[in-house]
Amino acid sequence: MKTLVCIKYVPDTSEAEVKVNPDGITVDDSRFSFDINDADNYAVEESVLLKEAHGGEVTVLSMGPKKSEVMIRMALAKGCDKAVRVEDDRVAGHDPLMVAKTLAGAIKGQEFDLVLTGCMASDDWHMSTGVALAEELGVNHASMVNYVEVMDGKVKVHRELEGGLLEAVELELPAVLTIQTGINEPRYAPIRGIRQAQKKELNVVSLDDLGIDPETVGMDASQVVLEKLYIPEVESTAEFIEGEPEEKAEKLASILQKGGLV
Amino acid sequence: MGNVLVLAEHRQGELRDVSFEMLAVAPAIAKDMGGEAVVLLVGSGMDDLAKKMAGYGVKVLVVDDPNFENFNAEKYQKVLSALIDDLKPAVLMTGHTAQGVDFMPALAVEKNLPLAADTIGLAYEDGTLKATRSMYSGKVNAVMAFKPAETYLVTFREGAVEAPEAAAEGSVEKLDNPFTDDVPYRKFVEYVEAEVGDVDITQSDILVAIGRGLKEDKNLPVVEELAAAIKADLAGSRAATDAGWIPHDRQVGTSGKAVKPKLYIAMGISGAFQHLAGMKGAKTIVAINKDPEAPIFTVADYAIVDDLFKVVPKLTEKLKELK
Ligand SMILES: Cc1cc2nc3c(=O)[nH]c(=O)nc-3n(C[C@H](O)[C@H](O)[C@H](O)COP(=O)(O)OP(=O)(O)OC[C@H]3O[C@@H](n4cnc5c(N)ncnc54)[C@H](O)[C@@H]3O)c2cc1C
Ligand SMILES: Nc1ncnc2c1ncn2[C@@H]1O[C@H](COP(=O)(O)O)[C@@H](O)[C@H]1O
Repeated sequence: MKTLVCIKYVPDTSEAEVKVNPDGITVDDSRFSFDINDADNYAVEESVLLKEAHGGEVTVLSMGPKKSEVMIRMALAKGCDKAVRVEDDRVAGHDPLMVAKTLAGAIKGQEFDLVLTGCMASDDWHMSTGVALAEELGVNHASMVNYVEVMDGKVKVHRELEGGLLEAVELELPAVLTIQTGINEPRYAPIRGIRQAQKKELNVVSLDDLGIDPETVGMDASQVVLEKLYIPEVESTAEFIEGEPEEKAEKLASILQKGGLV
Repeated sequence: MGNVLVLAEHRQGELRDVSFEMLAVAPAIAKDMGGEAVVLLVGSGMDDLAKKMAGYGVKVLVVDDPNFENFNAEKYQKVLSALIDDLKPAVLMTGHTAQGVDFMPALAVEKNLPLAADTIGLAYEDGTLKATRSMYSGKVNAVMAFKPAETYLVTFREGAVEAPEAAAEGSVEKLDNPFTDDVPYRKFVEYVEAEVGDVDITQSDILVAIGRGLKEDKNLPVVEELAAAIKADLAGSRAATDAGWIPHDRQVGTSGKAVKPKLYIAMGISGAFQHLAGMKGAKTIVAINKDPEAPIFTVADYAIVDDLFKVVPKLTEKLKELK
């Protein structure tokens, strides 16, 4: 089983205040903490589980800055074998179709059975890169996968539909799967793995190294322009309960009780 | 001609809500682009569904063939690719759903057309189609402007707008199926129903819902005690079910359940749209979150901006006293 797993280094904005830079098209990410995208963490685990069950090798592929190498080393520590990091600021990163074309350029020419991606990046929320990547590579795909069973020359997967319903689908290999969170229980990297990871191969490549014409993945090639970012008005009609934590709890308790809600 | 082709989504014989919701935006955009909104149905045995869609005062085009009995991304891509060539729509719009996300990006690559995914609003200004998207945990909106193209591809978020009322009777027209082959590479096998657990949270009166803010499972007693004190059932966000703190069938949201309790207490839940979609129907919503910007507050009736571990134990104690 030869697997590639695509991972993205993303900011954690779940608890942070997000501010748009004066350029209007980027956010100030200087105070965010970054880590592997949630779904990609599950994709890494799935790739390692597949290797443990069927043998073979896992290659990590990520496009991102130098500082993302901490994340890449962590995936290597968990059992992935080698990694490629693409760094080139000429890629139109706002357009998942351009990102997919770049990732495809880094994969083309290599043999593989499966490419795993996350089903969604938690920063840009496109849910598009994996399926676009499959088309670029000319292989089958299934998105939002939360169960994988390797069979002879094919895979059976469960796709997650709305409302808890699943769809079982069979695909010929090679294929791209976009992995949904919750498919497995991502492991912690063992100490030994962390040490070994430092010695594993991590190639840093540019578009030129990959033989990708920058014109085909840059701002001019992208057919969408990121015009502006803005902070949406938060329309809350909620009654905000103020005070020290204890007072808040007391006030809420009496609201709930008086309102006959409990 | 600037027709906006809306792919109506259906599953197991039922139209999905997003099919109607898209009709809240498509007609106006089509008008601005000099055309009309046209609904497309692809499936098998579509007569009733076609009639229902036509009840929204639109023309409905139907590709009806046993080959399309169940959704298959590979087949959908082939059919839509052929239909784009035939119908030359200005816009092709689908839901940003398990169906839409499974073939639209591939279609965009195949036809070299631009795609705006997970769109929550559309506008046509000075000859440019613009899509509004939501990013970064719902804290930032982005406006994407399309460069001129033959057809713009858009996937539209379910629940982003309200469906319009059914209007005048439209028309139904059957199209020849442009793709009759079977596809060898991908096979639909079956639907698999989710497992049923001990509690059906869609029937609960009171839900205490937890999210990633609970941090670790050893903190569960904090919320379990509150739930016990007010006879509530525990539910949660996807983050809470993924982490294994609560069973999968307690997940609230698009890929979980839609609940409608009389009281929903959300703690440590940010309020991603996939979660909000499942709990907006609660009668009274209380949100406890230490981030004042958390989107959960947009749907809350009572809000506490604070550390749940400081508030909840006291809340439990007070509620016990007041009994
Ligand atoms: C296809 C798809 C389907 C999905 N379906 C669903 C679904 O059905 N249901 C669902 O819920 N999600 C769903 N999601 C996931 C969704 O996008 C979010 O990732 C998820 O809802 C986040 O869960 P959360 O709010 O618990 O975690 P986070 O977004 O990480 O938020 C944690 C919150 O806890 C707060 N917090 C932290 N510590 C404390 C503290 N001590 N006291 C108080 N507050 C604290 C933080 O401020 C933050 O707001 C889906 C995603 C995809 C891609
Ligand atoms: N820069 C990147 N490097 C590697 N993988 C990526 C990158 N951007 C997106 N992906 C993959 O594509 C998935 C979906 O991203 P998106 O379409 O942006 O929601 C992510 O979960 C990753 O697996």
